[in-house]
Amino acid sequence: MATIAREDQLTRPTYHEVTRDIAASIGNPSRSYYVLLGFVLLVLAVGVGALLYQVRYGLGVAGYHPPVMWAVYITNFVFWVGIAHSGTLISAILYLFRSAWRTAVYRTAEAMTVFAVMTAGLFPIVHLGRLWYAYWLFPYPNQRQLWVNFKSPLLWDVFAVSTYFTVSTLFLITGLVPDVAALREQAVGWRRKLYEITSLGWRGTDQQWRHYTRAYLYLAALATPLVLSVHSVVSWDFAMSIVPGWHATIFAPYFVAGAIYSGVAMVVTLLVPLRKVFRVEQYITVEHFENLAKLLLLTGMIVTYSYGVEYFMAWYGGSPYERASFWNRAFGSYWWGSWTMILCNGVLPFFLFFRKIRRSIPAMFVLSLFVNLGMWFERFVIIVSSLSHEYEPYAMGHYTPTWVEWSILAGSFAWFFMWFLLFAKNFPTVSITEVKEIMPMPRKERQHS
Amino acid sequence: MSAQPEGILASYRFVDAAADAIRTLKAEGYRNFTVYTPVPNVEIQHAIGHRVSPVRLWTLLGGLTGCATGFAMTLWMSFDWPIVVGGKPIGSIVPYIVIAFELTILFGALATLIGLVFHIRRTRQPGAYDGRFTDDRIGIFVPCPSDRRQAVETLLRTAGAEEVRVEA
Repeated sequence: MATIAREDQLTRPTYHEVTRDIAASIGNPSRSYYVLLGFVLLVLAVGVGALLYQVRYGLGVAGYHPPVMWAVYITNFVFWVGIAHSGTLISAILYLFRSAWRTAVYRTAEAMTVFAVMTAGLFPIVHLGRLWYAYWLFPYPNQRQLWVNFKSPLLWDVFAVSTYFTVSTLFLITGLVPDVAALREQAVGWRRKLYEITSLGWRGTDQQWRHYTRAYLYLAALATPLVLSVHSVVSWDFAMSIVPGWHATIFAPYFVAGAIYSGVAMVVTLLVPLRKVFRVEQYITVEHFENLAKLLLLTGMIVTYSYGVEYFMAWYGGSPYERASFWNRAFGSYWWGSWTMILCNGVLPFFLFFRKIRRSIPAMFVLSLFVNLGMWFERFVIIVSSLSHEYEPYAMGHYTPTWVEWSILAGSFAWFFMWFLLFAKNFPTVSITEVKEIMPMPRKERQHS
Repeated sequence: MSAQPEGILASYRFVDAAADAIRTLKAEGYRNFTVYTPVPNVEIQHAIGHRVSPVRLWTLLGGLTGCATGFAMTLWMSFDWPIVVGGKPIGSIVPYIVIAFELTILFGALATLIGLVFHIRRTRQPGAYDGRFTDDRIGIFVPCPSDRRQAVETLLRTAGAEEVRVEA
């Protein structure tokens, strides 16, 4: 890429400056960090309070109303699993494609993945009502010698999501080891002790790199089909049933594209304040935002196309139930959800065709918030509007979320941000090793000429 | 941790200088030296000329074990308490592919990590070390007895070492 001379190539930092700058971002963030953390903990307390209230008085405090027995909690589950997806896209798929720009943002995305899956995993449990029976989901030898039903998509989900959580956590930790070793030499006090332990004796020897680079490559190669499978499996929770509005073969790719779309939006939402609070503006630049914007635009167009296909197939397929379900979706009692989703996901991303918007950080931040909102509503609309309007008119119903569900939703955001804030304060949110890797090492030949 | 062997530790600022030193060391017949780099570097890797890491074998075996486990577990559990669900056969291969697929990935990833730790421990290089090697310098540690020190030191300096230190 020698033909493209960019400003940041002229002011490119040295290896030592990379270590120093990123090490400096750890441990002493600006005051706004603590304000943010305090606020997040407060909201989390509200969410936990609402959950305890639900545990005490039962699932009746949620707004479930037959036939809508899957609602905000399942929406939240799908939403948070979706958020997780772009992390693995950026860290594994773009790694396999040797995409250099990912190095500065992949750590944030990967940490986000782990915390988003941790958040998503709570919701099937919250939705159970009697959450202390959650372990029934796993096949374990029990008194009645009963096994789980492996033919159920809900069980596939258990395997997909727990595998996803395990593999993305391992991937994050593996990537952190050389970075933590670099920090170990700079840190003081208890952090030095922490890094000495968590660097696992990493010294960057030739043998260590030899095995590490291979292992990392294969982890990325395993994570790539995994990320595509996880949201496909989540989509089959719906598509395998015969509910009008759910029973569609397009669901798996449609959900995967939507997941990456919402995840990239969340990466943007996180990066904008992060680069200010931790002063890493030099490493996370407008170029990165522009590339993320292109990903948003691509996946946004796939999502918009899927919306079109859904409505088209409902009409073209000729099933009166399917047609009625989609008519209800657009003009029935949940019209506001559908139109919010179409506005946020099908109209606003097209502004990204303008370079000015792609390169404006405030515009990207605002847009990412709208995409997050739109993607939450997409899941809400798919789940709630389809369930409320199935086959028999006498069995149709209307569901309205209660304050308990809204509080738990708010709490889930707080839970996610709490983990992210704690991680960002103590571990490098920009990968030291990978940022160095895309910069050429100094050569004596060049020095002489 | 085994005791640190005595030898010479050199640090390099320039990657081609370090690669030169590695090639000369190999040409002179030195084999068990250690190279420290802050990032994996192709030039250094070519100069050292290690064979491809056997970690990939762990990935393959882990993945195959996971796949077999996935099918074996689902089929065995279905037949252990046979209940017809949704009119499907007791042992339905198609839905079990999902479980087998997820376990392929899970076991493959876990085996890769176990293999990584195993091989790093097996090929541990206990030579002297300096904190700058994870920052911006390339290090070469050559274990050698005291009578060879002079020769090694000259070799490392000729290649362009920035700093050479005797570790006894």
